Parts: sequence; structure tokens; C-alpha cells
Amino acid sequence: MTGSILFEAIVFLAGAIICVSIAKRLGLSSVIGYLLAGVLIGPYVFGFIGNEGDDILHFAEFGVVMMLFLIGLEIEPKNFWNMRKTILGMGGIQVGGTMLLSYILFTVLGFEWKIALVISMAVALSSTAIAMQTIKEKRLMDTTFGTSAFSILLFQDIIVIFMLGFIPLLSNTEDNASAENNSEHTNLLDSLPVGFQTLAILLSVVLIIVAGRYLIVPMLRKVAKTGVRELLIAAAFLIVFGISFLMEYVGISPALGAFLGGVVLSNSEFKHELESTLEPFKNLLLGLFFMAVGASINFIVIANSPLTIGGILIAVIVIKAIVLFLTGQVFGLKLDQKLLLTFSLAQIGEFAFVLLSFAFGLHILSQEQMDMMLVITALSMSLTPIISMINERVILPRIGTKESIKRPMDHIAKSQKIILVGFGHFGSTIGRFMRSHGVEATILDHDSNRVDFLRKMGFEVYYGDATRLDLLESAGIAEAKIIICATNKIEVSKAISKIVKEKYPHVELMIRTKNRYDAYELLNLGNENIYRESLETSLTLAKDVLSKMGFRKYTLNRQVQNFIKYDEDSLRRLASEPKSEDNYIFKARKELEQQEKFLNEDFKRGIVEYDNHWDSEHIRKALDNKEDQ
Amino acid sequence: MKKILILFSHPKFEKSRVNQALINHIKDKENVTIHDLYEEYPDFHIDVAVEKELLNQHDIIIWHHPFYWYSCPPLMKQWIDMVLEFNWAYGPEGNALQGKICLNAITTGASKEVYCSEGYNSFTVKQFLRPFEQTAILCGMEYFPPFAVMGTHKLSDEALTDYKMNYGKLIDLLQVNLSANDFGNKSFINDIPQLNNV
Repeated sequence: MTGSILFEAIVFLAGAIICVSIAKRLGLSSVIGYLLAGVLIGPYVFGFIGNEGDDILHFAEFGVVMMLFLIGLEIEPKNFWNMRKTILGMGGIQVGGTMLLSYILFTVLGFEWKIALVISMAVALSSTAIAMQTIKEKRLMDTTFGTSAFSILLFQDIIVIFMLGFIPLLSNTEDNASAENNSEHTNLLDSLPVGFQTLAILLSVVLIIVAGRYLIVPMLRKVAKTGVRELLIAAAFLIVFGISFLMEYVGISPALGAFLGGVVLSNSEFKHELESTLEPFKNLLLGLFFMAVGASINFIVIANSPLTIGGILIAVIVIKAIVLFLTGQVFGLKLDQKLLLTFSLAQIGEFAFVLLSFAFGLHILSQEQMDMMLVITALSMSLTPIISMINERVILPRIGTKESIKRPMDHIAKSQKIILVGFGHFGSTIGRFMRSHGVEATILDHDSNRVDFLRKMGFEVYYGDATRLDLLESAGIAEAKIIICATNKIEVSKAISKIVKEKYPHVELMIRTKNRYDAYELLNLGNENIYRESLETSLTLAKDVLSKMGFRKYTLNRQVQNFIKYDEDSLRRLASEPKSEDNYIFKARKELEQQEKFLNEDFKRGIVEYDNHWDSEHIRKALDNKEDQ
Repeated sequence: MKKILILFSHPKFEKSRVNQALINHIKDKENVTIHDLYEEYPDFHIDVAVEKELLNQHDIIIWHHPFYWYSCPPLMKQWIDMVLEFNWAYGPEGNALQGKICLNAITTGASKEVYCSEGYNSFTVKQFLRPFEQTAILCGMEYFPPFAVMGTHKLSDEALTDYKMNYGKLIDLLQVNLSANDFGNKSFINDIPQLNNV
């Protein structure tokens, strides 16, 4: 059967590549591409993939698991604790409100109360996969909307456990055995009394925390010592799979377990290593997951009762949207942030698949009801990117923070236009200094509060993702002289650099970078003007230290300038050296080697011995030598 | 055709009517390099190697600067301190500048009349320029009298035009052949007959 597996893999990969490329080209999110690919290769269009959809879905759930593991890695327990108010508050309001409204809806539609309750639980959940993927893609994680969405999703991921625990209580049958449960893992907990179930869950959580500390980290250290790269990948997978298995065994959602595992490891030195290892797999698996969702849209069910399905679908989305909007209202989000939140979480999430099939296994839902709800879930997921796009392109520009506000341009802005990307600590200093010289930069920023403020101050500001070609064009890149990347996100700078080099080669790029490694990357993309934020400031500090130790300030000043010059030279020299692999441990080692090289060179070159100006001793020496001869 | 290096120092060039006129008039001449020190080294951190190389490539050095406090702007003094190194420009082995020609091109606010023992500046421009003269001589260069645009505070546009034309002509003459015989004991190179249509 390898042939057919190979063929399936080819179909999936080709579908993904074609559809996602097209989606990206059209400026849509990659999620749309994946979903569309799924629909196309699924049983109802080309039929490459038959009923394996469910198996694939099950496999692809690892994408979701990995995503939560990675999200966990990003959260240090301290931050988690700091966010507790938002998580509980926003998440609570959202889940409670949505459940209440959808329960009313489904009761009105004539469903039995138990069924209505289960369905409303499923409806209350949003798709972590889709929402987080989109937020990451649009780099909105550091906005109010980003943290709010993240808090709500986190709360949902946690509440799912309780829902899964609660659903069996609704079961009509006496025996709670989920033998027919179509998830094929054994569930240890079903045969245990309730007290033990809770105990087992608690135990497994403790187990993860303890194992993280005393088993996983030492294992990773050993693996890292071997220096075999693929072992690290294996180890990363082993962690994720192991946690998933354990969680399924005790009947908690593996995604949540993975999240917990991530949090446990977020303080370890392997954080970045694990991130960079799993990232590509996660994205591919998530893509597979979205494709599986697309492929599992049952068009026959839709064809049988299009009106019912359509009606419920719209009603559910509207309910979720209203609750989300109100949640944003309660927590005082600005209008455009509220809208982003409303439209990006208005779908039913992937956990609904789990909940619904679990309830079906317990005979709470009929096959028909489950199919209907599964279709609605899949459809609502597919609609999300489209709704978000409408919001972004149509609604937000009108009512939220406008992408742009037309202003009459003075002549200097026309002939010598400067575009400044990012107006944080770094960019604002640039902008202020330029403005004090009467030079107005056109600013691009994706923080709506900041954008509003800057507009009040009379700047020309464009709101949105600076890597979007159309936004750059409306900001006037065609007639710009210089574009300044003051953002600290190297991906943004790299993307802008590619666009500018390709389409507007006459525009000069001036880029801020965090460190020499980012500087290497940008140099190798053919950029000349790189400004490392870590160079001048640290030398100024060092200069002041030496001055306090008795060195003369003017000499130090000159030495700092010498040092900068020679460091810039070495930067350009080393940029062309072969790159260290993109992985943290080896990179760290390489960095140390490079530092060692620098320190040796600094001594050899005798940067201090070099400076003979105004040095009478040096002249005396030379004259003495002359006399000796 | 001799190559001319104009070492131009002015800390606020954008505000100097006279120097802009002079520099703009000659900046496109062939074999003339205008080296704007304040633009090149805003931090006073002069790249000595680059400067020496420039000097090697030219035959005539003109120190072009406003005559602040009877001397040059600080960056030009910095340039002299740093670039004219011991055992390169002077000293037992310093002969890099041997045989080159050197002069000052200066602009002064006060008029020629006050630069004399009776005037309120008490000394002549030639006397004030002694340190530059001796610097050139110690480096083995031939020192020519200065080209001076004086009384700039009250200079009419017509007079300025004459000055800039003359500066241009002087550059042309220097490139072809102008030697010590051409100006005898004149205090200013402006006064040579070739520049006065005599």
C-alpha cells in the first residue's frame, strides 16, 4: 500500500503548494489556501482523498498539539500568572455568553436540552489553530487584540477538559463505556470512579511538571552533548508524542497537556532549540490539519438541507461575534481591536470535532446531528479567513483605525519622501529628530493606539502590516527616497528589503538590527546601511566606565570611533562566512567561538597601541632610534 | 596639468554666501578635488590613511577656510595635527610632501584696510598666516601667498562674482604653471597681473 500512501502524500503536498502559493499571491492568509486545497482534493471535488479524511484529521491534530506546545514554550509561568485576570475574565465571559446564547438558539430550534447543551459547548470554542496562525502571520501578537485573543483561546483550551469530563454525565445510557467511541485510544478513566479520575488527572499534570524538570531537561542535555542534530529533532518529537499519549491515556486533551509541557520547559535553556526544531513541522502539520478540515466538509449533508445548515451557520457566527464584541467592550478594547477579535474568533474550533464525536460515541448525538454540526464547524472555520479579510479591507478602513488618511502633501514630501517603518522606542527617536529639522517621515505602524496618537500629532501615518506591498505603495514607496526599517523584527526588515530590491530598487534602505547575526543576514541580502542597536550604546557605556577609571575622555572617544570602524569592517568580512545552522545550541557555540576570535584580534591589533597622535613619547623614541644608528 | 586638492573646512557651509559662491564656481573643474572636511569628518575622527593617499595624488594643496580668529576652523587644525605625521610629512624621514605647492584661500569679514599695524587688527594677514607658512615649509612644500576674499560682511553681489571668477582663473593658472616669480613680494595672490586683466 506504500504506493497509495505515497500518492496521498503527493496529492496533499501538491495541493498545499499550489493553493497556498495562490492564496499568498492574492494576499490572503495561508489558512484559506490550505482549506481550499482540502476541499479540492476531498471526496466531493476531485476525490483524490476518500474517507481517509478522518484518519488524516486525527494525525493532523498533532499540528494543533505542537502549536500548543510551542505556545506553552513562549509563556513563562510568571507571565501566565500575570495574565490570569485576562484569561479568566475574557475567556469566562466569552465561553459563558456564547454557551448561553447558543443554548437558547438550539432549544428554540427544537433540540432536546442535553443535545442543545452539548452543541452549545462545542459552539463556545474557537479555533486556536486558525486564529493563532493568522495572528502570527500578521504579526499582531504584541497588540491588545493579540493578547486578548490568546487569553480567550487559552481559557477555552483549559475549559475543554471540564467539558469532556462533563459530557458523560449527560449520557442516556447507564454504561458510560465509550467502547464505541470512535476515538480509538483506550481511556483509562472510564472504568474508574469519579474521585480517581480527578486524582489521575492531577497526577498526570504533576507528572508532566516533574518529568519536565528532572527527566526531559537532563535528557536534552545528554542529546545536545552528542552533537547529532537529528537526535534533537527526535527528542523534541518524543516529548510531544509522549505527553500526548499520556494525556489521551487519562482522557485529557493532548493539546492541553502539550501546552502544559511547553510551559514547564519555557524556562529551560532548550526553549529556543525546541522552538526552531518544531516550527517547520508544526506549520506543515497545521496545514495538513486545515486541509483535512477542508476535505471533511460533507457536501452531501449540505446539499440535503442547505437552508438549515446555512441558517444555523450564520446564527452561530453572529452569536459568537456578538459575545466577542461585548467581551471586548467590557475589557475596554478600542473599536478596531474589538473588530479584529470579533472576526478572528467567530468560528467554531477544532475541539468541537473532538467534543461532538465524543458525544456521538456516548449516544447523546445522532449521526445526523453530528454530521450537521461537523459540517457547520468546518464551514465556519473556512469562512473565518474570508470574514477577516472583509474586515481588514472593507470594515476597518472605514470605522476602525483607518489604514490611511489623505493629506495634502507638501513639496518636500513629494521630492524627498522618507518612509519610517515602526514607531516604537527606536523609530520614535528617529522621527522626532527628523521632525525637529522640519523633515516629516511617512510612518507605518501596526499598533492602532499609536497610529491614532501620531495622527493627532499631525504625522502622515499608515496602519497595517508593512510587509504588504499594497500598503507600502499607498504610503508612496514609488516616489520615496529612503525607507527606514526601525522595527526590531528581522522578518519584517527582510521582507521589506526583498520587496524594495525587487520592485523599487531606487529606494534606499536603512535598517536597524538587534545584533550582528541579524546584520549578517541583511548584509547578505545586499543591504548596505545596517545599524546595530547594540554597538554604539554599549561602547558609550564602556567609554564612561574607563573614564571613571582615569582614562582621558578624548582619547577614549577616539578609541571608540576606531573600534566602531574596525568592528564594522569585521562585520562585513564575516557576513560572507558560511552561516551557522539555524539552531540554537550550535549557534550559541559558534557565537562563543566568534567572540573568542574577536577578543584575540582586539589584542593582536593593539587597538590602543595604534594611536600615536599628540604622543611626544613616540616622537622621542623615533628620534632616539635615529641617533642610535 | 597639475592636480589640485582643495581642503575645505567650514563648520557652517550652508550659511556661507561667499564660500558657496567660490566652491560652486570651481567644483566641476577637471583635476580639482574638493575635500569637504566638515562633511567628511563630522565627528573629528579623521581617517589619516585616506588623507595621506589624497595628498599623494595631488600636486597643489589649497587650505580653503574662513579666517576665524586670525586662524583656521578647529577641524582643519585637527587635520594638520593628525595627517602631517612625524616621519611622513616632516622629521628625519618625512618627505611625502616634498616639492608640492601649498596656499591658503581665506574669507574674512573685515576689510583689507584693518589688517595692518594701524588698523584695529594690528597685523597683516601675511603675519597671521605665519604658522601655516612654516608648516608648509617644514613639510618641504612651496608656500604661495593667500587668495583672500575680504570684507565679506559688506560684499556686493557684483564684487562676489568678480572674486569667484578670479578664484576660478587662479585655479586654472595654478594647474598650468604659476611660480614664485609670478607674484614677487605681493602679499595676496589676488594681486597678480594675470587676475587683474592688466
